[in-house]
Amino acid sequence: MATAARTIHVEILRQSAPDAPARTERFAIPYRPNMNITSLLGEIALAPITADGAPTTPITYDSNCLEEICGSCAMLINGRARMACSTLVDTLQKEAPNQPIRLAPLSKFPVVRDLAVDRAVLFENLKVVKAWVPIDGTYDLGPGPRQFPQTQEARYPLSNCISCTICMEVCPQFSESTNFVGAATIAQARLFNMDPAGSVLKADRLRALAGEGGIQECGFAQNCVEACPKQLPLTESISITGREALLQQLKDLFTR
Amino acid sequence: MPAPRIIVIGGGLAGLSAVIKIAEAGGTVDLFSIVPVKRSHSVCAQGGINAAKDLKGEGDTVYKHFDDTVYGGDFLANQTPVRDMTARAPAIIDLLDRMGVPFNRTHEGLLDFRRFGGTLYQRTAFAGATTGQQLLYALDEQVLRHESDGRVKKYEGWEFLSAVLDANGVCRGICALDLRSMQTRTFPADAIIVCTGGIGAIFGKSTNSVVCTGSAQSALYQQGAVYANGEFIQVHPTCIPGDDKLRLMSESARGEGGRVWVPRDKNEKRVARSIPEADRFYFLEEWYPKYGNLVPRDIATRAIHRVVYELGLGLDGQPMVYLDLTHIDRETLNRKLEGILEIYEKFVGDDPRDVPMKIFPGTHYTMGGLWVDFHQHTNIPGIFAAGEADYSIHGANRLGANSLLSCINGGFLAGPNAIAYATSLPAAPGDGGHAAELKRQQEKNAALLSNPGTENPFKLWRELGDTMTKHATIIRYNAGLAEADAKIVELLDRYRNVNLSDKTQWANTSFAFARQLQNMLHLARVIVQGARLRDESRGSHYKPDFPERNDAQFLKTTMATFDATTNAPAFSYAEVDTSLIPPRPRHYDATA
Repeated sequence: MATAARTIHVEILRQSAPDAPARTERFAIPYRPNMNITSLLGEIALAPITADGAPTTPITYDSNCLEEICGSCAMLINGRARMACSTLVDTLQKEAPNQPIRLAPLSKFPVVRDLAVDRAVLFENLKVVKAWVPIDGTYDLGPGPRQFPQTQEARYPLSNCISCTICMEVCPQFSESTNFVGAATIAQARLFNMDPAGSVLKADRLRALAGEGGIQECGFAQNCVEACPKQLPLTESISITGREALLQQLKDLFTR
Repeated sequence: MPAPRIIVIGGGLAGLSAVIKIAEAGGTVDLFSIVPVKRSHSVCAQGGINAAKDLKGEGDTVYKHFDDTVYGGDFLANQTPVRDMTARAPAIIDLLDRMGVPFNRTHEGLLDFRRFGGTLYQRTAFAGATTGQQLLYALDEQVLRHESDGRVKKYEGWEFLSAVLDANGVCRGICALDLRSMQTRTFPADAIIVCTGGIGAIFGKSTNSVVCTGSAQSALYQQGAVYANGEFIQVHPTCIPGDDKLRLMSESARGEGGRVWVPRDKNEKRVARSIPEADRFYFLEEWYPKYGNLVPRDIATRAIHRVVYELGLGLDGQPMVYLDLTHIDRETLNRKLEGILEIYEKFVGDDPRDVPMKIFPGTHYTMGGLWVDFHQHTNIPGIFAAGEADYSIHGANRLGANSLLSCINGGFLAGPNAIAYATSLPAAPGDGGHAAELKRQQEKNAALLSNPGTENPFKLWRELGDTMTKHATIIRYNAGLAEADAKIVELLDRYRNVNLSDKTQWANTSFAFARQLQNMLHLARVIVQGARLRDESRGSHYKPDFPERNDAQFLKTTMATFDATTNAPAFSYAEVDTSLIPPRPRHYDATA
C-alpha cells in the first residue's frame, strides 16, 4: 500500500478545441504533501506523459492567483464545481479513498480547450444590471457620503464575489433555454443597490432583473449558496432583490 | 484631427486607472489583458491603501507619508514624484470611496484606518483583507461603464509580444498574440501604456499570480527601453509556504496586532499556545522596540532569516516562524482580517484564530521596472508605463499599502500624459513599422513551434526559479550572483533547444509560456548583474560582504539597456532626485 499511497491517479476529460470530441486521459503523478489540483496540473506540464506512457500535451486550464481570489480555476473536481487551487489532494483522498481524482470542465459554459471554458457571460450580465456607481468624474469631489459600519458590514460579504461562476454552474435553472442571469449577478445588483450613491440606479437594476432571464427564473434549489467558495448570502440576495423587483414592477404599473 | 488612439496593456489597477482617465478625457482606448481584467494580480492585494488623511487625530500629514516612503525606500526613489503621489493620495481614497469601495468604517461613518509597516501612523484605508479585489472591481466597474459607452474596447485573452516602432524608433502600436486562436497581429496606436505588473515568476515560487512573468517589460527592454533598479526585489516577511506558490499573509495581520515569535529554546516540544510568554522570543519587538512588528518589510524579512539560519530557531528546525493573532478576539479578526484568515485555513487546515500561523518570507514585489520620467514616459517615444511595471516610486524598498496607491497614481498620470503626447504626434513614416514587426514576431513563433529540441520549458523555468531564489533574494553574495548569471546563460543556451510537447494552434498554453520564459531569462540577468555590481546594502538589497549603504558610490539609479551584440545587459547609473529630503542613515532600531 505504501507504493499506492505515493502515486495519485488522475482522470482528465480533455478536448482539443470547442467542437472537438471529448476524451479521457489518465495520469499517474507522484504524491507530495500539500498538493492541490493546480500543482497536479503543473506536474503534468513538466512531464506530459499519460499513465500508459504515451506522450501527450500539457493540460489547458485557467488559473492565475492560486489563492482563491481571482476566480479563474473553477472546474468539476470529482463531479463537484470547485476551485482547483484551494482543492487539496489530501482532502479528495479522504473524500474518495483509493479513487482516481476526476477533472472535467464546467458543464454550463462553452469549452475553449480541456478544462478552460468561456465565462464571459457573467461580465456581460454585470453590464446589464449596471453593477457600478455612476460617479460624475474622477476629479477631486471630496469624500463620499458617510456610511455607518452596519451598511459596510452588510455590503462587504456581497463584495467578496470572485466571479468564479460556480453558482451558475450548479444552478438547475441556469441554461440557454431560461437565459437566467444567475445568482452572482443578482448579488452584485444588490451590492450596488445598497450603496448610498449606487442606489441612484436601483430602479434600473430592478427593472433589468424583472424581465425574462431575471429573478423569476430562480427555482430556489439553493445549490448556489452551498457551492459558493466565498459563502456569499446568495439566496438571501435573491429573495430580497426579488421582492424589491416586484415592488418596482407594481410601482411602474401605477406611475407610468 | 481624429482623437488620439491609445493602447493600454494590462488590466490591473494601473491599467484600469489609465483607461478611465483616457475615456473621461474623450479619448478611445484599446485595453489588452492576458486574463479577464477582474482576474488581474491586483486582486491579490490584501491589507489596504495609504493616504495621510489623519482621521485618527494623530497629526499625520502628507509630508510624513512622503518622508516615510522616501526613508522606507532607503533614499533611492526620486523624491519629486513621491511627494506628488503622497499629496494626491487623500483625493484618490475619496474617489475610491465615491466609487462604492466597501472600506471599513468608524462609528461616525468615516473611513477607518490601520497601521502598516514603516510608519508610526494609522494611515491605511482598508476593505476587510481584500482591499485589492475591492479596488480592482470598483475600477473595472467604471471601465464597464465606459465600455458600454463605446470608449473602451477590451482585448481579454491577448498577450503583448512587442511594441511596433517606426523608422525613427517612435512607438506606433503593438504586436499581440490571441491566446485562443494563436493569431499574431499588430494594432495601431499613437501611444501605449504598459501596466503589466510584477515579475515574480522569474523566482519560480512567489506570492505573484501566474501571469506575473515580466515578459512585456523584458520584451520592451530588448527593444531598447531602459530597465531601472532591477536588482531591488521585495521579499515579503510573512507568506504561507506552499507546494505551488507562496501565499501572502498580509502585513495587516501585524497592523491589527499580530506578533511574530519563535520559542526561545530550539528544542521546544510544547504546542505554541501552551508556551508561556517568558519562553517566547518576540524578536522584532525586542530588536526594534519603536516599530516592533511593523518594521518595514526588508528589515522584518532579514530578521526572520537571521532567527532561522543564524540562531537556528526555526519551528521544529524548519524555515518557519509564528505569526500569532490568537490574543485578538474573534469578532475583531473576522471584521478586519477574515479574507486572509480563511485563506490560511483553507490551505493549511488550521484556524489562525486558535493556532498561531507558520510563516516564512517569499518573493513578493519588484521595486525596479521600466525607467520612466516624471510623466511616466519611458525613454522610447510613445511608450508610457505605470504601476509595478515601472520603477518610479519605491526606491530600494516599498512600504506596505503604497503599491495600490502607486498603481492608481501612475495610471492617472500616464493616461492624460499619453493623450497630450499623442495629440502633437506627427504622422508615421511609411506603415509605422507594422509589417516588419509582424514578420519578426511570426518568424519567432514559427521557429519556436517547429524547434526540434529536447528541453521542456517548464523544467528550464524551475531551474531558473531555484537559482534566482537561492542567490538573488534575501542575502546576496557576489560569488552566488555570478553563479546565478552563469546558470541563466546556460538556460538561455538550452532554451535554443526547447521543444514544445504541444505544437497545436489553438489555446496552446505551453507555446505562450515558452515565449514568456525567454523574456524572463533576459530580465533575470538584469536582476543578478545589477545586484552583482551594487557593492553596498540598501533596502531590499543586502550583501553581508558590504553591509553598509554607500551613498558616495551608489546613491544612483541602476540603468540597464539591452546590448544586442552581446545578448546581455549593459549598465550605467543616473543621479537620484534628492532635492527635497537630504539622505540620512536609515535605522529602525531603538536609537531611531
